[in-house]
Amino acid sequence: MISLLKSDFDKIVAHAKNELPNEACGLIAGTANGDDKEIKKVYLLTNTDHSNEHFSLDPKEQLEAIKDMRANGLSPLGNWHSHPETPSRPSEEDKRLAYDSRASYLILSLMDEDNPVINSFHIEKLISQKEDLIIK
Amino acid sequence: MKIIVAGETKEFKEGLTIAELIELEEVETPQYVTVSLNDEFVESGAFNNTALSDGDNVEFLYFMGGGR
Ligand SMILES: [Zn+2]
Repeated sequence: MISLLKSDFDKIVAHAKNELPNEACGLIAGTANGDDKEIKKVYLLTNTDHSNEHFSLDPKEQLEAIKDMRANGLSPLGNWHSHPETPSRPSEEDKRLAYDSRASYLILSLMDEDNPVINSFHIEKLISQKEDLIIK
Repeated sequence: MKIIVAGETKEFKEGLTIAELIELEEVETPQYVTVSLNDEFVESGAFNNTALSDGDNVEFLYFMGGGR
């Protein structure tokens, strides 16, 4: 199970809408106790691809975020990105480029802009599995 | 010598290269990992001949990206 604060969810949605028509992305950090993860902070990063079909995180910003996590006693838990026009599930390319089997991959769909949908996935060896995500 | 790896201080032998550190730290899929040394990114072609010094700070960053 993984939990996300409503305020952080709103932050992600606002940033993703702001970046439309392009995909938006970022990192998530918090605490983990076995399979129970609690997201305590979300990071809004630059999509260096500036594309509505692809995203890549900026390594410089990634490094800054990692340092901030450590300074705040948080662990990196994974990343998030938006799908401006497609459902909230990993694409083939998303799966192919998911190299960290311990990470949670959050995908926000803005297909219906007024009703954003977010899901969390565990991706390992090209197979994705939906995780229980609680927004509180 | 002491090297800070992903925020943790660890003891290594003198002259350790980045390539050797990647092996010792059992980094998963190292071909998709960006390495920073004291906040500067190191080209993957230089991993074999970049020797680390006492007090160096190394971070491993996974490439993160995707597409629809
Ligand atoms: Zn995607």
